[in-house]
Amino acid sequence: MSQLIQLALTFSFLSILAVGGGTAVLPEMQTLLAHQFGIGHTQFVHIYSFGQLAPGPNMLMVLVIGFQVAGFFGAAVVLLSFFVPSSILCFCTGRLWSRFGESPWRRSIQNALEPISIGLMASGVYAVGRASIVSPITLGLAIVALCFILATKINSVLVILGSGLIGLIFLKYL
Amino acid sequence: MRFQAGGVTPQSISPSLYDLFIQFLIIGTVSFGGGIIAYERILLVDKRKWLSSDEFMGYLAISQTMPGLNSVNLSVLAGDHLRGIRGAVLATLGLIFPGSLFVLAMGIAYAKNSDHPLANLILVGVAAGACGLLAAITYRIGDQHWRKPKSLAMIVVTFGLMSIAKLALPIVLLIMVPLAIYLYRPSVNS
Repeated sequence: MSQLIQLALTFSFLSILAVGGGTAVLPEMQTLLAHQFGIGHTQFVHIYSFGQLAPGPNMLMVLVIGFQVAGFFGAAVVLLSFFVPSSILCFCTGRLWSRFGESPWRRSIQNALEPISIGLMASGVYAVGRASIVSPITLGLAIVALCFILATKINSVLVILGSGLIGLIFLKYL
Repeated sequence: MRFQAGGVTPQSISPSLYDLFIQFLIIGTVSFGGGIIAYERILLVDKRKWLSSDEFMGYLAISQTMPGLNSVNLSVLAGDHLRGIRGAVLATLGLIFPGSLFVLAMGIAYAKNSDHPLANLILVGVAAGACGLLAAITYRIGDQHWRKPKSLAMIVVTFGLMSIAKLALPIVLLIMVPLAIYLYRPSVNS
């Protein structure tokens, strides 16, 4: 029970702080999960990575973390606490917005938050990179994936699966 | 932007709750590999004309400014615009339901096979690929910010506080948000 409450508190907290999308809270999530639930960085990056194969919003992998900590109840608690607080906030803002309309401050606040959220995403890349780039082969795979996604219109699911298969061949047979 | 707070808008086209749920459920099912905002735009603006292009951009801006996932925030706002609070709930549920089942299935498989040597070797490559993907997304979202000195400075300082000084996220936000809002205040931009 106390684990469920802890999960609810942690993920509601992350929900409210997720400025500019869920990826911005990745490094904080990684730290909190390691401290509070003993989920190691490698395990976290595994869950994050295969979560990218799923359709729908890209942070649904938080359900797996809830499941790992406390089974199906854990997954349900995480789903609610990660999506409901930010959604309520957005809902209320939307209603206020249609009442008060445009203000020059809205544009300023958005301009101000954008570079912060990009900086936080860069920290996310760093956090995921430190746990996933562990050898020259994985460095190569990450760079090739990066180039493929930037240079072509290929679906990212194919890039991730391809990277998994090529990695398997390299690590097992070479 | 709209004439009534929530509820049924006076537009001729107002979808049923069932239709709203099913349309977002389809997006939640087919959006492998991201790009949900684009799917939502195609549904809301092009296919069903539930929102004007202007309304969509307005809601997208709010979605991006508020905490939470942009695609989920947008489904909340569009659902509320079309059918009030029940519309917001059903659109969001439709969007996240298929992916939730998908990740749970993978999570169960992972929990059962986490010491399987072959699965672990595949995950090493999957994680490297996902890292490349995240870097690519960050680069794309950064777009013109990488070339603006003021934006780049904010990005670098935020990264430094988070990853090098290893401050907690609330502290990073407490330092950066007031500073950034001051630097981007309306009088400077206009």
